[in-house]
Amino acid sequence: MISYIVFLPLLAAIVAGLGGRFIGNFAAKLVTTGALFAACALSWPIFISFLTGHGTAGVTPVLHWLSSGDLVFDWALRVDTLTAVMLVVVTSVSALVHLYSWGYMAEDPSQPRFFAYLSLFTFAMLMLVTADNLVQMFFGWEGVGLASYLLIGFWYHKPSANAAAIKAFVVNRVGDLGFMLGIFGTFLVFRTVSIPEVLAAAPAVAGSHISFLSMRFDTLTILCLLLFIGAMGKSAQLGLHTWLPDAMEGPTPVSALIHAATMVTAGVFMLCRLSPMFEAAPVALGFVTFIGAATCFFAGTVGTCQHDIKRVIAYSTCSQLGYMFFAAGVGAYGAAMFHLFTHAFFKALLFLGAGSVIHAMHHEQDMRHYGALRKHIPFTYWTMMAGTLAITGVGIPLTSFGFAGFFSKDAILESAFASGPNGQLVFWVGCFVALLTSFYSWRLMFLTFFGKPRWGTSEHIQHAVHDHGQDHGHDHAAAHAHGDQHGHDDGTAGYHPHESPLSMLVPLALLTTGAVLAGYFFHHAFVGAEEGAHFWAGSIAFDAHLMHAMHEIPLWAKLMPASAMIIGLLIAWRNYIRHPDAPARFVANMSGLHNFVFRKWYFDELYDAIFVRPAQALGRIFWKGGDEAIIDRFGPDGAARAVAGTSGVAVKIQSGFLYSYAFVMLIGLAALVTWLMAVVR
Amino acid sequence: MLGNFPMLSTLIALPALGALACLFLGDRAARWTALVTTLATFALGCVMWARFDVAGPVWQFVERAPIVGQFYWAMGIDGISLMLIMLSVFLMPICIGASWNSITERVGLYMASFLFMEALMIGVFAAQDLILFYIFFEAGLIPMYLIIGIWGGANRIYASYKFFLYTLLGSVLMLVAMIWMIYAAGTADIPTLMHSDFPVAAQRWLWLAFFASFAVKMPMWPVHTWLPDAHVQAPTAGSVILAGVLLKMGGYGFLRFSIPMFPDASADFMWLIFALSAVAVIYTSLVALVQSDMKKLIAYSSVAHMAIVTAGLFAFNQQGIEGALIVMLSHGLVSGALFLCVGVIYDRLHTREIARYGGLSNNMPGYALLFLFFTMASIGLPATSGFVGEFLSLIGIYEASSWVAFLCATGIILGAGYMLWLYRRIAFGSAAGEDTLSMRDLSLREWLLLTPIAAVVLWMGVYPEPFLAPMRRDATAIAARMANAKPAGDAHYRAASSRPTPSSHEAAPGSAH
Repeated sequence: MISYIVFLPLLAAIVAGLGGRFIGNFAAKLVTTGALFAACALSWPIFISFLTGHGTAGVTPVLHWLSSGDLVFDWALRVDTLTAVMLVVVTSVSALVHLYSWGYMAEDPSQPRFFAYLSLFTFAMLMLVTADNLVQMFFGWEGVGLASYLLIGFWYHKPSANAAAIKAFVVNRVGDLGFMLGIFGTFLVFRTVSIPEVLAAAPAVAGSHISFLSMRFDTLTILCLLLFIGAMGKSAQLGLHTWLPDAMEGPTPVSALIHAATMVTAGVFMLCRLSPMFEAAPVALGFVTFIGAATCFFAGTVGTCQHDIKRVIAYSTCSQLGYMFFAAGVGAYGAAMFHLFTHAFFKALLFLGAGSVIHAMHHEQDMRHYGALRKHIPFTYWTMMAGTLAITGVGIPLTSFGFAGFFSKDAILESAFASGPNGQLVFWVGCFVALLTSFYSWRLMFLTFFGKPRWGTSEHIQHAVHDHGQDHGHDHAAAHAHGDQHGHDDGTAGYHPHESPLSMLVPLALLTTGAVLAGYFFHHAFVGAEEGAHFWAGSIAFDAHLMHAMHEIPLWAKLMPASAMIIGLLIAWRNYIRHPDAPARFVANMSGLHNFVFRKWYFDELYDAIFVRPAQALGRIFWKGGDEAIIDRFGPDGAARAVAGTSGVAVKIQSGFLYSYAFVMLIGLAALVTWLMAVVR
Repeated sequence: MLGNFPMLSTLIALPALGALACLFLGDRAARWTALVTTLATFALGCVMWARFDVAGPVWQFVERAPIVGQFYWAMGIDGISLMLIMLSVFLMPICIGASWNSITERVGLYMASFLFMEALMIGVFAAQDLILFYIFFEAGLIPMYLIIGIWGGANRIYASYKFFLYTLLGSVLMLVAMIWMIYAAGTADIPTLMHSDFPVAAQRWLWLAFFASFAVKMPMWPVHTWLPDAHVQAPTAGSVILAGVLLKMGGYGFLRFSIPMFPDASADFMWLIFALSAVAVIYTSLVALVQSDMKKLIAYSSVAHMAIVTAGLFAFNQQGIEGALIVMLSHGLVSGALFLCVGVIYDRLHTREIARYGGLSNNMPGYALLFLFFTMASIGLPATSGFVGEFLSLIGIYEASSWVAFLCATGIILGAGYMLWLYRRIAFGSAAGEDTLSMRDLSLREWLLLTPIAAVVLWMGVYPEPFLAPMRRDATAIAARMANAKPAGDAHYRAASSRPTPSSHEAAPGSAH
């Protein structure tokens, strides 16, 4: 069964990708979407069997891959609780995104290619989550990277999309370098790359040391750190996060599937998969906690002042991933996976909702040109409202009633608080970021759906009105071309946004169900002390004590997240509903701080200055200065000059008769061989 | 009944005879003769591969006939030779196909050059006599030299001059070393020499003399500058063979001569190789990043890939050596295919200037797909041959030194940078001009050239066992020969009591606590 789940999407990708031109758009869409729904339908029973305690972990061999000396590994599909969770996340979101794309990409000329890429991505992601050895995990890792590259650059005529695609691939490769070195080191220590064998042997090497780059390290610490660098790349953690916001250049369904729900969570998955190893490396865990909390904070701040609706959600994703990482860092792997699970639903929902808004607004993504949309696209509004309630963690404290994020985020914060002094530090960071999350999420909602219409000033809308100007009259279009607004003082420029087609609304509705109910239904299994231990069945290093302890924390600490959420909501309400002019005043007064945050803490500028430019400059120096000015000048060109005396004659030597060189070679060879045969007895 | 069939001599004679025929035939007949001959040679090669007994003797298909005195027509292959011969005979028909329409002048001579070269390449990998090897090794360059010099680009004479000068320097030194060896050991038999133990002092000089030749062929930094010029000026098929087979002669030389014949010297010079390789990976990758000529970019990337080969070989362990061998095969296929891809669009627009292309995904979707595949194989994406080779050699290098592995592995970042940047400028964006926009997609002939390579690249990436199996024992033998000299490695895990190697902790450089 697992083979079908994994290989159906690959088959569909091949059919749609290579045969798309022959079978047509419709068939290509049908094949890929059908395959994904089939995979999804097969995945849920597996998940439910683990949920009810009937599932058994197992490995399905596929093909021998490689053996070299004692390095041996196979292609194989591993299924256990952790995999089962990822299976439903990946196949469900992917199936819904496939369906959504029928509507969203309806006017695109190369749909078979798009659907083939989506299915290819799903295949690679499934190979990643079913990996039984580190190398197959790396295969999936790179496979999703390739699909991500192709989908970010899907609209390849856009230079910005191409640049973002390359950036995503190359920045991820930095992480991959760490991952690869981690695999090498793991193999050298354990003489195996099989994950179960490594995890079984890991505790035995705790406390030993190995050398890396001429420095002595604790064995497990350095291995975990190197592997974690890979996770940082894929999951866009601070330092290697710069590609994720740019990745929003891709079509919005891609952002929902790859850059929110699945691929970017691969790092969290890896950490949980290897959690028994990380548990034996406390220093590495401390680093994970620090990076997670720092990313959480950093991305939360940047998210507060972006104008592009997708970028706000992208930074939100980055920030939520930070939550998952620091949860793993404090040992609450169940909570990390729980947040991954709920986040997949509500973040995919938010992205697809944003896609619906963008669809309605003719690809205008700047929220400054939105406003009052709740009257025009009410269905989208209500689903996004559910997503916002979920991400901000709305629920009734101390009870088990709330939206999905309420359960998972509170579980993270409470377990962090219960885990010890380090955890209490990040608890405060997490609470502050909960405030930021609430603020930027409500800011997005208020700017998009409330207030007065502002899209009259949008170029995209003006183009749309101009192109389809018949029903509005040509005079309007002409007037707008001059930037004139008379006749439409309402800020709509005569344009009335329309709700998206059914194929887009159905996925939104289904994801809304997930965002509302996923927490309530599954929190016992994921983070309950006894049920959790039973559910996870050793597939992660589940800490039942910590899950107990998180219920014992002081009342005020339990109320903190909800308070932070309400404060964030109030700040957003004051600034974007009550006093809509307040943000502009704030920016004017605090331009230094605003610039720093708005320019994303200057990471891109910094990397450009210390990596990109020097690499190009060095390349030029090595080429012109090294190869041409030194090696060639004193090498072959110099030899010609030395023989000829002057450079004029040297040029003649170099450009002399071709055949004479060949002749010299031939004669010389013949003479040498004759001589050899004569001399060597 | 095939027991005494002179397989290797036939493999050499077949293309040589075809070459002679081509010299006297008209254009059309020469093309067909060359194609049929190379296909027949490939078929014969497949028979040889099928009949190669992985568990049998080390040297198979052995022939030995005296010519003059101690000089023998001695042939025989082990698994390494087998795979490199297979690479050569696989690429040759593709080269003939690639030249089908683009070569219009002196077709007979051109085809004859390729067929002669094929015969000589097979000879290089099959020769078991030192002098025989030398003849094949040097003579093989003459057709290449002519191919660049006669059918090359505008600046072909300078390129062939450079090629000539570099190789001359290397081969003279190697010849002197060979003569000394034959005198000292009293034999020119390569399998015997692979087990002889020369005095350590002599080994060093001999090693350096061979190094001069192999380093140029490889090519290693800093004697690599002939390669970009040669590639840029060579016709497409010439580049394919240059990258696919000629560059492999250097790696083969290290494996067949330098390491087994001079093990102590190899151990002494290990750090020289490591240093030059690490420099080459970073240096040439950065240079590749700023190229505006497609062929030059791929040529520089070749130098970087070959540096992984040298570093892997000199890690002296199973993974390093097998990885290096797979990189050699993989690079032969992938770089060859990339040069073919360049040739495809060069034939249409007659420029190698990257900036003149763009947006080819629009009008050449089939081409864009295959080019993407080979780009990814060059970057070393898992499930392509490039990954298997790079992964194995880097893991081997890591066992020898984490520093060298780290520096070489930076190539995976830089490699992604320059290859994707190239792909973007050619296949994405918008067309640079009307002529770019009107380029046709791949013809049937071009599909037939590229898809077989793609299939093998994928096969080698997903299931490399058939390629590794014949070479496994040879790699083990070399690793065993170097067992004493193997670098201690700095990143090994040593449980406090399990392995009594008291000196190994000190051996790790900079093992400060």
